[in-house]
Amino acid sequence: MNCSVGEGTGKEKRQEMEIKKEMGEHDTGWALKVSDLTRIYGSSCPDCIEKTGPGKGTNICPVCGSVVACAGISFEVMPGEILGIVGESGSGKSTIVRCLYFDMEPTCGEAYLRCYGDENIFQVSSQEKQTIRNLHTGMVYQNPQLGLKFDITSGGNIAEKLLAANWRNVGRIRERAGELLERTEIPLARMDDMPRNFSGGMQQRVQIAKALANDPDVLLLDELTTGLDVSVQARILDLIKDIRRNTEAAMVLITHDLGVIRLLAERTIVLKNGRIVEAGLTDQILEDPQHEYTQLLVNSVL
Amino acid sequence: MTDRSTLAGNGRKIEKGYNFAFLDEFTKREIRRKILKAVAIPGYQVPFGSREMPLAKGWGTGGIQITLSIIGEPDVLKVIDQGSDDSVNAVNIRNLVERMTGAQTTADTTKATIIQTRHRIPEEVLKAEQIVVFQVPFPEPLRSIEPSEQVTRQMHARKDYSGMWLHLYEDIVKHGRITIGARYPVMVNGRYLMDPSPIPRWDVPRLDQAPVLHLFCAGREKRIYAIAPYTSVEPLEFEDYTFEVEDFSGKICERCGSSDTFLDEMIDETTGSKKYFCSDTSFCDKRQGSGEI
Repeated sequence: MNCSVGEGTGKEKRQEMEIKKEMGEHDTGWALKVSDLTRIYGSSCPDCIEKTGPGKGTNICPVCGSVVACAGISFEVMPGEILGIVGESGSGKSTIVRCLYFDMEPTCGEAYLRCYGDENIFQVSSQEKQTIRNLHTGMVYQNPQLGLKFDITSGGNIAEKLLAANWRNVGRIRERAGELLERTEIPLARMDDMPRNFSGGMQQRVQIAKALANDPDVLLLDELTTGLDVSVQARILDLIKDIRRNTEAAMVLITHDLGVIRLLAERTIVLKNGRIVEAGLTDQILEDPQHEYTQLLVNSVL
Repeated sequence: MTDRSTLAGNGRKIEKGYNFAFLDEFTKREIRRKILKAVAIPGYQVPFGSREMPLAKGWGTGGIQITLSIIGEPDVLKVIDQGSDDSVNAVNIRNLVERMTGAQTTADTTKATIIQTRHRIPEEVLKAEQIVVFQVPFPEPLRSIEPSEQVTRQMHARKDYSGMWLHLYEDIVKHGRITIGARYPVMVNGRYLMDPSPIPRWDVPRLDQAPVLHLFCAGREKRIYAIAPYTSVEPLEFEDYTFEVEDFSGKICERCGSSDTFLDEMIDETTGSKKYFCSDTSFCDKRQGSGEI
């Protein structure tokens, strides 16, 4: 399965880009490109891909019992763009971002970062992966416990990213951590407090501050507002909008909340049983859903 | 009692019925090979098959295995425990090696070819021919921040030391300075983070570009590591919170009057006043005798 849209010939495209360059518009190339990302849990057999998916209504292979968390996932994200990924739980949303943040290894597939060059980031050495993880990407987990060390101060949690990028001046680290906390609306006085003593919304904001520490090119946001009350949700969504205005980071936003998608994402991918069933402009998907599952999803909104 | 001794090649008495240097030849060969690997990758912890020794684990079983594997009849051994040649542990190790090899022993740092030590490096400047063998309780510098061996080995492989830096950062935030006393983490050859064994910070700068070979061994944890001669050893430090050795300004040794050595603090039980003595006892004795070194 492939979601890339055939937009004219390569020649036309190149001409188009050259015209844009001449007109002084900035590069419209992707910041993150994923192609054919697949992750299978279990022994996996040749029939796994064929016998699972939305058509079969399951992601468990009837032959070998392996779970096809996601398969054939391809997409591109432009700098400064937010790509939404929606789908019910178990549809493989988190697997995609966990693979991109190297928390787990994909079974097969490729991913490229424009800032990193033309090497498939899944194939580089673990030392290189760590550099990519620390310098070029940022991640916000649904559960702050995964993204933060609860017994380390909130400033220290942010410092961890900076230290990994070879910052070696405590004064400057604290200055930068202070800036980030200010930007995410956490009082500076709480910089030397443990996140365990913070409210859920504050923990999530510390996670965002940490993810932003090294000005990442790609920001992965996994269900960042789930489980927070509505007013706190609104402030975090505002923060994400603010980040979009002020940085060039490409963002992948995972959620099952169509409201969040409507508010933030320019383009959206709909996942079911580990496959992309629909992809396109968010407005289009919400106003005129084509796939049966998307229609169900849109109609289920309260 | 029957005489259980026999003569070694150098004419000195050694114990009958034991292989030379107690360990069997295969064990010595394995340990020497692991030492070679450790020297080739400075700071990297090489696993080895630590043997049962006639010594309780935690009392220098690692150090003694290295010493016994590299020692030969012409060698001269010095053993110190926190700078002292006369502690029970040091005396016992020295006696064991003497009885098993016939090698000479000494308290004079300059005369020794092998120096086995716990928690100190002798004060005198060491020469290229000498080897220092450290007894190591905890070889893994990352253990305090990560309990899993599997994970710490991955961290070393990825040169992922931000966790240790974070530990130092948190120390500064909480206490205003880095509070690590002994076992100060060092970067060896710009690659591996290493635990220099519980030597005081005072001794850490002396590991850097030293002409001697430093061998480290943890018997209980089954690890050997090394710093080859003339290898860079840098303590972790921030630009604005630099590494500092212990400050003894204004304090001098009560015995030899030294003001440039690592001092131990003693409290006089009758008067309750603090007194300071050189930690390196043989150095202190020498300086008392000649007043020159």
